Amino acid sequence: MSIGPAWYLGLAAALFALGALGVMVRRNVLVMFMCIELMLNAANLTFVTFSRVLGDIGGESLVFFVLVVAAAEVVVGLGVVVAIFRRRASTTADDLHGMKG
Amino acid sequence: MSVLVAATVPDIMTFVICAVVVLSGGIGVVMSRNAVHAALSLVLTLFGIAVLFVEQHAYFLAAVQVIVYAGAIVVLFLFVIMFLGVDRTEDVRSEPLEGQRPLALVMIAISLAGVLALSATANWVTGAHHVAGSLTAGHHTDTFLLGKSIFTTYLWAFEATAGLLVVAVVGAVVLARRPSHVHDEDAAPQRPLEHDRGGPEAPGSASAPVPGGGEPAAAGEATDAGKATDAGEAAGAVSHAEVGR
Repeated sequence: MSIGPAWYLGLAAALFALGALGVMVRRNVLVMFMCIELMLNAANLTFVTFSRVLGDIGGESLVFFVLVVAAAEVVVGLGVVVAIFRRRASTTADDLHGMKG
Repeated sequence: MSVLVAATVPDIMTFVICAVVVLSGGIGVVMSRNAVHAALSLVLTLFGIAVLFVEQHAYFLAAVQVIVYAGAIVVLFLFVIMFLGVDRTEDVRSEPLEGQRPLALVMIAISLAGVLALSATANWVTGAHHVAGSLTAGHHTDTFLLGKSIFTTYLWAFEATAGLLVVAVVGAVVLARRPSHVHDEDAAPQRPLEHDRGGPEAPGSASAPVPGGGEPAAAGEATDAGKATDAGEAAGAVSHAEVGR
């Protein structure tokens, strides 16, 4: 048997915190996307852990859907990044201040 | 819980190694200046998560994790990074918002400590087992159970997923399409091309009256600057000089 769920949940929380920190600190849009992927993976790890602990297939099914949504999100997000880069030649989030009052 | 007691030494070693790999990969994503290094650190994290899935008997999800994340999403990231230019590294030291990074670090540390303290001391109320379907009934593999769950219980969500993927593909195509009618102010990358086109033209048009008019300084300036506006001004000055003469 595997070790207890508390360790997995602690690891997932730490990974989620790392991803949130990256989104707050970094300014490159691509790296911010990667940090969002880190947070999604932390949530997936939590789902799988609870699925094992509760003997429930629902958590694993939800991980499947999270994977699909993450793939769609990355496709659209990177399309937006490329479209912005084509107009402004920059991938830094600070340069996107077109709607600043 | 009984699972706490039944942990064996290989399980503990696997978990510790994977935790180190996952967290170091995450730190690499957050800290690395080069976006390619960040993407490769992301691969490290995703593999660690996949091994942790195997450790928790979610074999199908581990395979899907490696194939979809490491095989498709990270490759897409790397493709876009290469497409936009590999050599642009972020200047990590400059801080546009004063004191933002220490504040973010402190807030994240407080939140993480709060979550860990709460989950260590509070009572968990998620006690109901086998709500959406049992994972342990019978001797089926997790792939069988997952497929059965997705194609029966979550069938409509699965169909909505297909719609979502179609929308994402159409959106990506629309975003990546170059607009057919391009105005001059919309097309930012075309400006340097105009500069280059104006550069060689300007000395020729400016130097044509120069042998008669005798203004080599203005023509030389236009050649050095190589800008269309300077060349236009120089040509205008030369023509004015011609009219005055």
